[in-house]
Amino acid sequence: MKLVKVYVTLKKSVLDAQGEAIKSAINTMGYDKVADVHMGKYFELSFADDYNAMEKDVDAICDELLANPNIETYRYEIAEAE
Amino acid sequence: MKFAVINFPGSNCDMDLYYAIRDGINEKVELVDYRNNSLVGFDGVLIPGGFSYGDYLRSGAIAVHAPIIKEIVRFAKEGKIVFGVCNGFQILTELNLLPGALVQNEKNRFICDTVDLTVVNNQTAFTNCYQKNENIRIPIAHGEGRYHCDETTLQEMIANGQIVFRYQDNVNGSVDQIAGVTNKNGNVLGMMPHPERAVEDILGSADGLKLFQSIINYQVKVNN
Repeated sequence: MKLVKVYVTLKKSVLDAQGEAIKSAINTMGYDKVADVHMGKYFELSFADDYNAMEKDVDAICDELLANPNIETYRYEIAEAE
Repeated sequence: MKFAVINFPGSNCDMDLYYAIRDGINEKVELVDYRNNSLVGFDGVLIPGGFSYGDYLRSGAIAVHAPIIKEIVRFAKEGKIVFGVCNGFQILTELNLLPGALVQNEKNRFICDTVDLTVVNNQTAFTNCYQKNENIRIPIAHGEGRYHCDETTLQEMIANGQIVFRYQDNVNGSVDQIAGVTNKNGNVLGMMPHPERAVEDILGSADGLKLFQSIINYQVKVNN
């Protein structure tokens, strides 16, 4: 099995209101060295490992569902599943 | 004119739209389940507010893969009336039938209020009963209503008259105070405020009624 780890984050040009709120809470906790926080989403997709169109599928799934290309970007890593 | 109001799991303003059509403008309306795959026999489609699929992933993101969606896309392409309110607006942007996207409000809170809007363009299928720059009071209720688009898209929309409603006070931090936009062709409208909740004085405002009357007005002209 292959495990695809997908990370989706807002583009830099889009204000991350949740990230800002989390940063404010972190600073209030006393961790005043934290200068910036960005919040994103994490997905794990498992594939049968002899599938050669896997990356093509992952790109399509990200473009059409997991990320909204108008506001978000994505990246992914491929690992051996346990 | 016969309208379909689409009901997704988690829609919760479907009956508001239903009553606005049935009792507000005395036209035909039916609720249509998201699992249906035909809108044959309808003249316009209305996508209600609420939290389709619990707002899982992103507001509207799961709904765009429901069976009824291909019919909504067909309506949009054929120039028929498509109108999305609140979550319906989010679904229409996720579908790319409207430009941009709706993201979390700038100021960390869900906003439930009645706000002043400006009718920026009164030459549309949805606003022809309003005066240009008319001030209307319409309720809002959203946590993810901050309209976002890039500068190029914004300039295109301004040039094409696609910005239909602006907030007078930018409550959620939207780009250019945008509250509602149409597609280039003008037959698809999305807006975060709820005109269907402002169709009689007892609700606090009847300013939304003219939006629905405008649709009928437009359709009568098209049919003749």
